[in-house]
Amino acid sequence: MAALEKDIIRSQERVKKLHGFALFWAVVWARAYPRIIGALRQKSWLFFETVFPLMGVIGYIYVYRSVNAPQEYIGFVVLGGAMTAFWLNVLWSMASQLYWDKEDGNLEIYVLCPAPMMAILIGMAIGGMLMSATRAAVIIIVCSLAFGVVYNVGSIPLLIAVFLLTMTALYGMGMMFASVFLASGREAWHLANLMQEPIYLVSGFYFPVKALGALVATAASIVPLTLGMDGMRQLLFPSEQATGLMPVELEVVLLILLGVLFIGGAYFALRKLEQIGRREGRLIERRR
Amino acid sequence: MTLVQRLHNIPAVNQSPALRAFVTAAWLGWQIESNWARPFLFAVYVIARPISSVLILVIMYSVITNGATGEPIFAFIYFGNALYILVNSVVTGVSWAVIEDREHYRVAKQIYTAPMNTYAYLLGRGVARLIIGSVSVLITLTFGVLAFRIPLDINVLLFLAATIFGLASLSALGVILGAVTMQTARLQTDLGSLVSGGLYLFTGAIFPLDVLPSWLQPVGYLFPVTYWLEVTRRALLGAHAARFPTFAAFSDWGLIGVLALMTALLWLASGWVYSAALRRSKEEGLIDIETNF
Repeated sequence: MAALEKDIIRSQERVKKLHGFALFWAVVWARAYPRIIGALRQKSWLFFETVFPLMGVIGYIYVYRSVNAPQEYIGFVVLGGAMTAFWLNVLWSMASQLYWDKEDGNLEIYVLCPAPMMAILIGMAIGGMLMSATRAAVIIIVCSLAFGVVYNVGSIPLLIAVFLLTMTALYGMGMMFASVFLASGREAWHLANLMQEPIYLVSGFYFPVKALGALVATAASIVPLTLGMDGMRQLLFPSEQATGLMPVELEVVLLILLGVLFIGGAYFALRKLEQIGRREGRLIERRR
Repeated sequence: MTLVQRLHNIPAVNQSPALRAFVTAAWLGWQIESNWARPFLFAVYVIARPISSVLILVIMYSVITNGATGEPIFAFIYFGNALYILVNSVVTGVSWAVIEDREHYRVAKQIYTAPMNTYAYLLGRGVARLIIGSVSVLITLTFGVLAFRIPLDINVLLFLAATIFGLASLSALGVILGAVTMQTARLQTDLGSLVSGGLYLFTGAIFPLDVLPSWLQPVGYLFPVTYWLEVTRRALLGAHAARFPTFAAFSDWGLIGVLALMTALLWLASGWVYSAALRRSKEEGLIDIETNF
């Protein structure tokens, strides 16, 4: 018996211990894995998460049609509708996720193992982007073809830069909110709800944000999507430049600053929350 | 004695397993929704979300029309969107309860092995959101009347009839989505929100169905929500309600008749779909799956 056990142990491949960046990188993909595999395993989400949101966005397009809006506004709705996918992902699958993980008992495992929490959050973001990007792509492709949206891209590299910076800052914000929502306990659900439509409004998802007035629009720029969508609209629809909130170059600089602020904020918020959680024994409590 | 105990002491409730399950679930849902949030946050949540959603449309409309809020089409859009809050609240309330019980509180096994009517239980879980949604609708409509001077001309009887059948149809739709949710993983966005968002397109909530291509317009006739929105607008706005060709042939009570018929059919369908979903969930071992990835 003892010999058999010895053989079994010998036959198993030893797991190599990772440190530093290698560990960080492995954790990112370990956390992204269940999201990607989960999405591939039950594909019904492809229907639910693309067809119904697509119908909702088309609904907003017809609102503009019912009041004879210029064709360019259809493009604004398409872009805004596509970006809702990322905002919802940040709210429900990033910001609220640590709270759900705590309730499910995963959070204590995260904290007990040597995995960096930042890597776990980045993994969540990468895994969640699969669904969001699919939803966004379907909305853009179908609506653009069906409603004849014409894009006049001035600078493709700048457009890509604005998008990537927006995503970085946005998901950084989601990572920071994950700690805030976790601290808020059972109110997390209300907080996430509270930040859905109000952010659609102040960030100008379906209309040029400048329509809210310079003061409100500038204040709303703390949400990276406000600046990101304004910049992308200016680059995709050149006449939007007259109604853009600020020059695209300035928006790029602000998005970089927001990215640094939110990712740095997420790092410190996580550490602080972990300290408090350990001290008060709240990492493993479940208030059901 | 708490309100739920008093309700249980009513003979009709006490002797009906379905009503007992419904009342208990409604009470439970209310505890979950309200008790665990600070009153201020809860109040902001009830007010800010609906007002924001309606302001999105107000700004979209105003940007194009230079703020022509006196036009009948504005009242049409505003009231449609305000009333639609109830669609989202009721439908989501019922379907989300499945995820909450199954994956958050992990009590699905206890619920489905308890000697109670689980259809009535699921229906009851939607009541809390219905109450919150109703408050939100009231606030949003009042805001519209005060801020944009939307003229009211209320037909109380028509409004009550529309509300009863409208809510009944929404509840049945919620149960159907709850049944579907029993078969699916936890989605990024809950199924109720997805479907109610999607139905924006076909129900004439925020634009008249006439704007849709002619081949798509008949789809709108398939949903009770379409009739409920149209007749409720007429009940609240009276002669000020914008009339469009799609429903010109329907009288107010004719709309109620169609709504009542569709509601009855939807209730029958919800019972059948729920039973089938429950059976399949048991067969496939889906009752208590956790899919929080």
